[in-house]
This record gives sequence, structure tokens and C-alpha cells, in this order.
Amino acid sequence: MAALSVMTGGGSWFLALALGVTLLKCLLIPTYHSTDFEVHRNWLAITHSLPISQWYYEATSEWTLDYPPFFAWFEYALSHVAKYFDQEMLNVHNLNYSSSRTLLFQRFSVIFTDALFVYAVHECCKCVDGKKACKELTEKPKFILSVLLLWNFGLLIVDHIHFQYNGFLFGLMLLSIARLFQKRHMEGAFLFAVLLHFKHIYLYVAPAYGIYLLRSYCFTANKPDGSIRWNSFSFVRLISLGLTVFLVSALSLGPFLALPSIFCLWFKPQGPRGFLRCLILCALSSFMFGWHVHEKAILLAILPMSLLSVGKAGDASIFLILSTTGHYSLFPLLFTAPELPIKILLMLLFTIYSISSLKTLFRKEKPLFNWMETFYLLGLGPLEVFCEFVFPFTSWKLKYPFIPLLLTSVYCAVGITYAWFKLYVSVFTDPPVGKTKKQ
Amino acid sequence: MEKWYLMTAVVLLGLTVRWTVSLNSYSGAGKPPMFGDYEAQRHWQEITFNLPIKQWYFNSSDNNLQYWGLDYPPLTAYHSLLCAYVAQFINPDWIALHSSRGYESQAHKLFMRATVLIADLLIYIPAVVLHCCCLKEISTKKKIANALCILLYPGLILIDYGHFHLGLALWGVLGVSCDWDLLGSLAFCLAVNYKQMELYHSLPFFCFLLGKCFKKGLKGKGFVLFVKLAGTVVASFTLCWLPFFTERAQALQVLRRLFPVDRGLFEDKVANIWCSVSVFLKIKDILPHHVQIIVSFCLTLLSLLPACVKLTLQPSPKGFRFTLVSCALSFFLFSFQVHEKSILLVSLPVCLVLSEIPFMSTWFLLVSTFSMLPLLLKDDLLMPSVVTTMAFFIACATSFSIFEKTSEEELRLKSFSVSVRKHLPRFTFLPRIIQHLFIISVITMVLLTLMTVTLDPPQKLPDLFSVLISTELTSANPPLLLRKTGPELTSVPIFLYFICGTPTTAWCAKRCHVRTQDSNWQTPGRQSRTYT
Repeated sequence: MAALSVMTGGGSWFLALALGVTLLKCLLIPTYHSTDFEVHRNWLAITHSLPISQWYYEATSEWTLDYPPFFAWFEYALSHVAKYFDQEMLNVHNLNYSSSRTLLFQRFSVIFTDALFVYAVHECCKCVDGKKACKELTEKPKFILSVLLLWNFGLLIVDHIHFQYNGFLFGLMLLSIARLFQKRHMEGAFLFAVLLHFKHIYLYVAPAYGIYLLRSYCFTANKPDGSIRWNSFSFVRLISLGLTVFLVSALSLGPFLALPSIFCLWFKPQGPRGFLRCLILCALSSFMFGWHVHEKAILLAILPMSLLSVGKAGDASIFLILSTTGHYSLFPLLFTAPELPIKILLMLLFTIYSISSLKTLFRKEKPLFNWMETFYLLGLGPLEVFCEFVFPFTSWKLKYPFIPLLLTSVYCAVGITYAWFKLYVSVFTDPPVGKTKKQ
Repeated sequence: MEKWYLMTAVVLLGLTVRWTVSLNSYSGAGKPPMFGDYEAQRHWQEITFNLPIKQWYFNSSDNNLQYWGLDYPPLTAYHSLLCAYVAQFINPDWIALHSSRGYESQAHKLFMRATVLIADLLIYIPAVVLHCCCLKEISTKKKIANALCILLYPGLILIDYGHFHLGLALWGVLGVSCDWDLLGSLAFCLAVNYKQMELYHSLPFFCFLLGKCFKKGLKGKGFVLFVKLAGTVVASFTLCWLPFFTERAQALQVLRRLFPVDRGLFEDKVANIWCSVSVFLKIKDILPHHVQIIVSFCLTLLSLLPACVKLTLQPSPKGFRFTLVSCALSFFLFSFQVHEKSILLVSLPVCLVLSEIPFMSTWFLLVSTFSMLPLLLKDDLLMPSVVTTMAFFIACATSFSIFEKTSEEELRLKSFSVSVRKHLPRFTFLPRIIQHLFIISVITMVLLTLMTVTLDPPQKLPDLFSVLISTELTSANPPLLLRKTGPELTSVPIFLYFICGTPTTAWCAKRCHVRTQDSNWQTPGRQSRTYT
């Protein structure tokens, strides 16, 4: 009994939040899933049934293996558990096989691997400045950050309804960021390199890692005014990093418009926070200007931004605009009727909580939004009503069925571009960190 | 209120959980010819829309009462009619007379679920939020946590029809507690006219309001209040029953449908006293039918009389809530024709006292959900049941730190323990017994769930698991007793009953009597009279 009372005592709010969202994920098991479900079932089958040499050649299904090798090994490992659920799903020729046991296994595998994400969030909370003395639990930055990350709307609907494995991948990314904040640079670099070989989309943010590690880790000290001290260069560190990150980032496909921010990272280092800002900018720039970008890639910018949002009011404002419009842009992914209340309720839950809690956290500073931004965000409501409830009953539905998608994309593009711009400005206008670093 | 956004988040979470659970199967899905409660609800829409009022409760060629005939009061029928109008607008096939029997489709399921969600959103959830906001002497954070726990109570989420009547009853409780007596009694009358089982809650309402009238003085304001209340009750009943008052036969037929005394003392799977006693003493065979009714009536009345008398003499909102619990419990244990789902009528008042005795309430609510497990398994709701029960447990454990609040003082058993210690000076271990019982009961629930799901019961004891579920060891629950299994019984359930029964009744009795420092009620002689 004493053990139970300790467990449910004061410090267990994190556990309660994590368990709570896990249980919610279990309730989402019977919801709609997209073709990504079949994609992963196919990869389970390929990695289980065929020799390694055939993995990237197999083309029975249209969903060929197009993720780096670590992900293939991950599917291979999963397939060994899958065979206890339903052997049939591991047959390459069983296209679109989705028995109830297959569904259960796949959904549970996503929920289970999210454990890494939970651990990463726990580590990130340690990096958040807890100096604001708040006795009230719900007003502590750690609490707000945990909710914003663990209960992130986008991650919930993309991973646990649409079906993908972003949870543990973002867990790796957040963990590597946390390690960089904790000055454990080698671990951070290693984790990021591992991540890259799981899903190459993270190449978008590789420049940020590369330049930051070169500038702030390989050059071990700065001059008093913050500029580079060339004779503090450490070859040992460079080579060790080179073994991990450098080669990979050279392959990055050039979110060229992120270059100015990368230069800023070199010439005006701002410590881990500056690195994080640059990372987010890389992600956003590649989202906006990259080739064959998927809607879900917005999560690459939103999740790390949560870390910044509990630090400064300006960042909170940018985060809220970015996350609200970014999450709304994910709505077209779930187009079935039973999922409509879920997406609206969860979106309202996340948006109302994030806006109100950050407003309360920064209530002593100037308001988070000006009237223009407020109007823009409020406009999302009528837009949703029009697209989902009014438009289907009008005569335009047959002639111009793409209008809701068009309106959603254009409206959200405005918000995301605005957030990108504001973030860029904040990178250049914030003062540099000029402290000398010791070994 | 400050932190309104947290309360909003709690409400949104409650709605999300309700909707995601409702995506699962419904009762009787794909099981012709009778299907289940879901089909009953659809059928009532069909009947009320297509037939004139006079035929709703009568057997006819168009209305076969054997196939889910209407057996709830008129307000349910009017509600079904309202839903039927909406259904007619969307797709008339859903309620076409005769041809829509057994209609099942994805769109129709969404429609039915949506009507339930909207009813919850408009009636039940605001009542819960208001109740939590009106709680006195606790912090805002605790109020929000209280709302979260009540909204996450699994029983009301998993049973798939709307709980309109519980929402109305809750408004009644709120109205009467906040001194809006007329509105409160109106709401409660509507609740009774929605489902006749609300009569379980009627005596506390009556006694509380009568007590208030007495307090205000029978010759002055009290009498005026009494007249106003009587008028409200009569008016609301008349309004609901108006179409049925035209002929005597109509009203009588409705009453016959509402109170099926022909059906017998109990249906075969409810966990109350009659079912258990009938294992040793076949009451159904020994006593003639009308005597059964009288015996059941007398015992129910006897068991709830002390609480009601006390409430009349000392009316208070807190006493009112506790009396609701004990009266509903008495009815559940002793009344005629009790259904398994009637445990929800006890659970609602227990939710209301969650903030005052969190440990016992949580325990009771967990067991009450578990007691419906066979019903839920029949509807393929294992995963949602397990998930929502765990979520509820975590919410209560974190919000109220229930494991730290198990002292005698906090369990409200101090006076009981003190008076027992007069005879047994070493009786100091009550909290520890209760803690251990709780752990054992949780372990048993988990084991029984696992066994029911994974194993097949042995050939000779086909109802073994059902029996064990209903005999689960808890002292916060009324002894969930033996199911009628015939000669294949084991003696374990009997033993468990006697272990549970005594502390349970003691707890119930103490709920009625010894919360205040009234010395008149603390003499041993008086206390022993209340034990059954």
C-alpha cells in the first residue's frame, strides 16, 4: 500500500500523463487507417520472408521498401513478434491483408514503440528552465511541455489513426536534441545519425546538426565577443564527429533557403537554443520549398518547436500559430465520417489547452497575439464548418470537389509562412551567447 | 472560474473517450432475430413515428410487443419520436414500418451514436460540470479532477444507450441542493417520466424536500413550499401523461408495461439478495407470487427507512447525497425485477460523493463496472472496458491520492470503530483490513477477467466464471452474490458472501446514521438494530 501511495503521490503526474495518452491510443485502435497500414504490413512480409539481398528489389506490391536499412531491420525485428499474432500477414502475396489480429498487432507495435518518445520527452523536460517558481503544478513549464509533446494532436492522428511509426523516430530526434542541451554532444550526434538511417526525411535538419556540432563542439572556446577562436579547434572532436554526422549531411538535398540561418549558427552561435531554432528553420524551409513534401512533415517543425515555446513568450506565439495551422492542415488526412468528431474534439482539446496554458505561463508579458493573428486563428473555425458541413450539401461538390482541399492548403500556407518568417527574424534579432566554454 | 480551460479540456476528453468507445460494436450487432438494445431503440423510433399515440403501448398487428415493445414511460417515447423525425429527414429507410426491422448500416450506427453524444453533451455533462463547480471547501484543481473522474466512469461510457434520465436526475439533485427546489423537482419528475427506475431515487428527494418544508415551519413558508412542490409534481406528470389520460385502459396498460410484475422476482443473472438466497431457498417455488411482491416491498422499505427518516429530520445537501446512495443500494438489493444495468442508478450517487470518501467510492465504482463484465463481453467490448477502467483508476488515484486516505477518519468509520472498541479494545485494524481487501479484490477482478477471456470453463461448471465474478471479494460493494447455477455450486461463494456481507451492511448502516455527533444514535443497542 505504501508503494502504491508513493507511486500515486506528487511526482507521478508525468506517469499519469503518459499512461493516460497511451490508454487513449488504445481506444483509437478501431479507427480508420490509411494505405500506410498495408505499406508496413508489406514491409513486415518482405523482411521476414525474403533474404536481405532481395529486400530492396521485391516489387510484388506497389509499396516497395523506400526507407533506409535501419527501418528495414526494425520491421524485421517486429516480424518476429508478428508471427505469434497472425502468420498470414507475413506472406508477401497477401496484399491488403488486414485481419483483426493483424490490426491489433500493428496498432500495438506503434503504441509500444512510443515508449521511446515518452522517454525522450522526459529527458527534454529536464532541459527546460524551471526557474520560474510556480507552486501550481499546471503552471510549471515542465508540465505544459509534457502535455504539448505527449498529447500532440498531429502525432496522435498521424500515428494512431492514419497509421505511421513517427513516435519513436521523433523520440530519437528529441532525445538527440536533449543530449545536445545536456552537452553530451557525441551521444546527440550518434542518435541523430541513427535516426537518419531510419528515415531519411530527417536530412532536412542535418545541416543544423552539422554546423552546430562543428562550431560549438569542435571549436572548444569562443572569444569574449562571441566570435570564433580558431586556435581552439580540436581535431579529435572533429574526426569523431566526422565518423558520425558529417558525411551524411553532405548528402542533404539542400533546403537552400535555410542557408542564411546556418550561417548565423556559425557566426553568431547561441548555444543549444540557437541550434534548436536553426533545426526548426531547416525543417520548415524544406517543408515549404522542398520536393515531394508530405503534409505530415510539418510535425518535424512543430514537435521541436514545443521545446522553445515554454521558454519565451515570442517563441510561444510563433509555436501557437505554427501548431494550430499545421495541425489543421492535417485534417484532410482523415476524411471518414466516424473520425470527424475525433479529429475535431482532439484538435479543440490541444488548441484550447496550448493557447490557454501558454497564455497563463506568460501572462505577465505582453499578449501573445495581435488582433490580426487572433482573427486568422479564429477563421479556422468557419473554414472547417464550410469545408466539412456546408460544402458537401452544395451543388459545387460535383463540379469542383477539390475546393475544400484548396481552401485548406492556401489558408494554412499563409499561417505557416508567417510563422517561418517570424522565426527567421527571431534568429537574427536575438543576442548571441558570448560565454567561453571549457573542456 | 479560473482555469476554465482545464475544465474545457476535461469535457473534451470525456467526449472523445465516449465517441471512440462508441466506434466499437453495439449490443446485438449482427445477431438476428432479436438483436439487442440498439435495435430496441431503433424500433421505438419506428413505432412512435409510424403509429398513433394510442397504439404505442398496445399489442397489435403493427406493434408486436414481444419484439422490443415499449416498456419505459412516455418521455422516452417522445424522445424516440424526436429522433425519428431527424432519421426521417436523413434516411426514411431507417424507420420504415416493418421493413426496417434489424436495419444495420454504418451510417445508421453513426446517427444513433450521434444522438447519444448530443444528449450527453446537452444534459449530462453540463450537470456534472456544474456539480463539481458548486462543491464547497475544495480547490479549483480538485474540482476539475473530480469532473475528470466522474466523466471517465466506465459504466456510463460502456453501456451503449444514452443516459438521459441520469442527466435529468442529476439536474434534479443540483437544483434541490442549491435551493432551486421547484426546478429541481421538475427535473427529477421528468427523469422519472423518462425511466421508471429513477423511482429508486425518489424517496430521498421526497424526504429531503419534506424535511425542508418542516424546517421552514408547517404553518407558514413550509406549507407554501409544500403546495408549490406538489403542484409542480402533479403538473409535470399530467403534462407527460396527458395523451394517455383520455381512457382508463390506456393509463393502465402503460403501467402494466412499466411494472411487469408478471415477470417474477428476478431475472436469472442479476446480483442481488433474491438471486443469492434462492440458491439455498427456492423462493420462487416456496412463496406465491403476490407474497413475493409483498416481502420484497417490505424488505426494501425496512432497509431504507432509517436513512430517509434521518434525512427528513435533518435535511442537508450532504446527507441528501449519502441517502441517495443508500436508498438506491437498498432498491438494487431487495427490489423486484432488478436488472444488472440498474447498478448504474447506484453508481451515479456514488460519483456525487466521490470527493468526500474517494477511496470507497473509487472501489465501488470499479467493482460496479466489473460486475457488468459478462454483459460487456457479450457485446465485444473487452478492450474498451479494460482501457476505460484503467484510465478511471489512474485518474482517481492521481487526483485524490486515494491510497493515502484510508485512515478511520477519512473512511468515515470513526464512530463505528470507536463504538466497536468499547467491546473489543483491540479493534484498531479496520483501515488495514480494508486496504488488504481492496488489493485482493483488484487482483481477483484482474484474474477473473483474464480467465473469462482466455480459458473455457470446465464442462461440469459452465457458469463458474460468472459465479466467481458475482462473488468477488469486496467490502465496499453490496455482496455481489451468487448467480442461479443450480446444483453445480461450490461453497466458496457462500463463504465470500458472509465475509462481505457483514462489513458491507455495517458500512451502509453507518452511512445512514453516524456521520454527525448526534449522541442519540451512538448507543450499541440502536446500532445493532440496523444490522440485517
